[in-house]
Amino acid sequence: MIRLEKRTAPSRFWTYAAPLLAVVLTMVCGALVFAALGNDPFVTIRTIFWDPLFSEFSWYYRPQLLIKAAPLVLIAIGLSFGFRAGVWNIGAEGQYILGAICGAAVGLAFYPTESPFIFPLMVMAGALGGWAWAMIPGVLRVRFGTNEILVSLMLVYVAQNLLASMALGALRNPDASGFPGSRNLARYPSATSWINEGAGLHWGVVFALIAVIFAYITLSRHIFGFHVRLSGQSPRAARFAGVNPGLLVLICMGISGTLAGLAGLFEVAGPSGLISIDFNAGYGFTAIIVAFLGRLHPVGILLAAGLMALTYIGGEIAQSNLRLPAAAIQVLQGMLLFFLLAVDVLTHYRIRLTARGVA
Amino acid sequence: MMDLSAINPILLLASLMVAATPILLAAIGELVVERAGVLNLGVEGMMITGAVCGFIVTINAGSPLLGFAGAALGGALLALVFGVLTQVLLSNQVATGLALTLFGLGFAALLGQGYIGIKAPVIPKWPVPVLSDIPVIGPILFNHDPVVYLGIAIIASVWAFLGYSRAGLILRAVGENHDAAHALGYHVIRVRLLAIMFGGACAGLGGAYLSLVRVPQWTEGLTAGAGWIALAIVVFASWRPWRLLLGAYLFGGVTVLQLNLQAAGMAIPVAYLSMAPYLATILVLVMMRAGRAPGSLAQSFHASR
Amino acid sequence: MKFKKLLAGTGIALALATGAFAQDKTTVGFVYVGPVGDGGWTYEHDKGRQAVEAHFGDAVETVFVESVPEGPDAERVITQMVLQGADLIFTTSFGYMDATINVAERFPDVKFEHATGYKTADNVAIYNARFYEGRAIQGHIAGQMTESNIVGYIGSYPIPEVIQGINSAFIHAREVNPDVEFRVVWAYTWFDPAKEAEAATVLIEQGADVILQHTDSTAPQAAAQAAGNVVTFGQASDMSEFAPFPRVSSIIDDWAPYYIARTQAVIDGTWESTDTWDGIPEGMVSIGEITEAVPAEVKASAEAMIAAIRAGEYHPFTGPLTRQDGSVWLADGEVASDGDLLGMNFYVEGLTGDIPQ
Repeated sequence: MIRLEKRTAPSRFWTYAAPLLAVVLTMVCGALVFAALGNDPFVTIRTIFWDPLFSEFSWYYRPQLLIKAAPLVLIAIGLSFGFRAGVWNIGAEGQYILGAICGAAVGLAFYPTESPFIFPLMVMAGALGGWAWAMIPGVLRVRFGTNEILVSLMLVYVAQNLLASMALGALRNPDASGFPGSRNLARYPSATSWINEGAGLHWGVVFALIAVIFAYITLSRHIFGFHVRLSGQSPRAARFAGVNPGLLVLICMGISGTLAGLAGLFEVAGPSGLISIDFNAGYGFTAIIVAFLGRLHPVGILLAAGLMALTYIGGEIAQSNLRLPAAAIQVLQGMLLFFLLAVDVLTHYRIRLTARGVA
Repeated sequence: MMDLSAINPILLLASLMVAATPILLAAIGELVVERAGVLNLGVEGMMITGAVCGFIVTINAGSPLLGFAGAALGGALLALVFGVLTQVLLSNQVATGLALTLFGLGFAALLGQGYIGIKAPVIPKWPVPVLSDIPVIGPILFNHDPVVYLGIAIIASVWAFLGYSRAGLILRAVGENHDAAHALGYHVIRVRLLAIMFGGACAGLGGAYLSLVRVPQWTEGLTAGAGWIALAIVVFASWRPWRLLLGAYLFGGVTVLQLNLQAAGMAIPVAYLSMAPYLATILVLVMMRAGRAPGSLAQSFHASR
Repeated sequence: MKFKKLLAGTGIALALATGAFAQDKTTVGFVYVGPVGDGGWTYEHDKGRQAVEAHFGDAVETVFVESVPEGPDAERVITQMVLQGADLIFTTSFGYMDATINVAERFPDVKFEHATGYKTADNVAIYNARFYEGRAIQGHIAGQMTESNIVGYIGSYPIPEVIQGINSAFIHAREVNPDVEFRVVWAYTWFDPAKEAEAATVLIEQGADVILQHTDSTAPQAAAQAAGNVVTFGQASDMSEFAPFPRVSSIIDDWAPYYIARTQAVIDGTWESTDTWDGIPEGMVSIGEITEAVPAEVKASAEAMIAAIRAGEYHPFTGPLTRQDGSVWLADGEVASDGDLLGMNFYVEGLTGDIPQ
């Protein structure tokens, strides 16, 4: 029988080696799937994992990795606080949408005035929108004990309907003769979040990096980080340590909502450009996976987001170069996540072969 | 302008029972899983896998009955992947569940590649003899296809199983406090794996109801978020089977009602009407106060001896 | 901004390189909003792509990426196709409009074609189909098939294209049946089988015995079939699995002739930025078989209408037409301008309810 034995401390070796092992396992299994679909497995794996970084056109793809990863990092960092403390905000997608709507509304209200104050105002509105949307499940949980998983999820659907009505109504481009969608903010110099489009640099990327550093310091050095970790591990002990559980819920929801709202605002004012019916592309949900893949650690999240971005971009290249169906990319991503989650067991447990198994 | 008299309450209730069936099936499976202390967020992935498996088996074997069996099997096997990862390899349940959804959506699309544009054979209604002739109640309750009855039968069985059987007691004990259950000599992991597979099978049935009865065709993305609604309804029901039925009908009811009001020419903006089912769910939840979640929900279990 | 120039420069060099290469092989790219297996909108575009491959054989290579979200990803996917050497790229959803224009600015030597939008450039053409011509035929049949005089209409989003369809179907249903009424339900989705089935069921319960849909799944067809005596029409694809009843006819998007013609133009070097809005005459909109469930004289008059539209003798929006608010839209004999139609945001007289804003 194989038996798992808990390590006294996480293995240093496996902390670093396990993710690599997972990637290798994914490549092997992925290759089998691709071969079964009739594609050359070696070329396919190279296209997905290697070409975006080191091919002839990597000068274009590398900045794109930043663009794809930035919102994932920003949202996942926010979520990681709550997840550590046992606050389950799974509605980041809705907060992302609200951030985009509020931020864009401010920008569009000033159109076509040019002023250096417009963009900062938009940032504030975006943050506020995401924060306010996250406060609904937060306050309901603190005040009425309502389950925040359900409320935040329901609010995603509410936000999607709100987005559709904004794209068709209040925020519609008045010059577009009835077509849905707002004006393009990326083409409005005072409102765009682009810093250098060719280099893939927009304010979302900058804020994502700031968020990583901020989260790292808070979680490892600040008393708030200690309270967050303590609440997740033992709510009773946290109460004895003087943590106000209601306040902690509100702060954690607030951080995640604010960062998700910011991510939405930076996307709508940059890479996406405009509010449209289907503006949201699922970043809020993907970010949950990214947060856990990164073990809720800021640096881990950064790496996990990079890896996810790589599979998205590599996957698109493989689709058009090799005619791989989009579904095969999803399967590959699913396997990658399975393996990354599974190998974590090696970090925390020792595998022992014993004569008799225990439960 | 508005003509509410056009809304026929009998037909409305009857169609509600049909509309609620897929989410009901998926939700009752997830309820058992969560009562065993496991949170599987991959319902959407298992549903769509069930949808495609059921469709493929039905087309090839020509029998919807075998199709539903195939759907349950497909859902259960996919759930087993989740079970092995979370129970044996102790991976995080939230992340693994989300990954399962991603994987399931892709996997189902690959399996279904050759089955687009084909129609499944029609499953006839099964009016219950005598009972279906009762005025009002007959058409509402007793004039449906067999899967509608199956869904309610599963709910009743789960209710009886959890409340009155020894195995159900063990399952609840495992979900409430896995360390104590383990100390009493119960096989925590075995119980949970069985619960997870049951959950997958039910989700698969729910998906197959969409691909074989509701649509009835295979297209990618067929479930369109039904799995997420199922998850929400479990929490809404406070993990109690009959309240789950209520939740599914309430949710479906508000959806059908908003469509009815639209068709009747109600002057409320459509975007806000479309939000109504979600807002109503939140509102009812706040008023009813959710029950307590199973004590060990979403926690990994490892016997450290 | 320097980098942007560099990008553009490389693009030109690349386009030149592939241009030389294009002597023997032209690459055509397609960007899809849904999966090719959606059985509707994307499925039909992909059939067009396959037709291009079949028509040109080895002279043309096609590439495609499916399920590209309409947000920030579109621009990257389009750029990537250019880098890969595409000479002509079709972006097949309204939401790709700004992304297409952005990429086109950077790569002036590559040709782009954007479906259902309104922004053009020297190297960006736009194309769309006059679906409302097909809706006229549906309305004509629906008005005569209904016995309850209630026709249900499942709308997706309240955008001009969908509103054109409702108006066109209604005008032609009223023309043959002055008592007919339309009940419109907005699903706020293009594809959600469960919701579409519910919408259809609701309409049927409220007395509709004809269902028209502007959403892509077959769920309304199944709901109609279950109800027994309800007529439907296929949308986007033929949905012939439900023929001869409830599906009695359909509107089919046929992009193949256009895609082949535009690819030929690139090969010949005659491609120009155009604004194409084709319908039944050009074959971009075709009407699926009218089944025997439709009475022979109705079928004959419907076919006569198709022939008249095909010959250019009849425009579905011909005056006298009045708006819902009672104001005159088109005088007797006047034909609607394309500009009016493209931005259509009002119901014609006789339709009840409001268009959601």
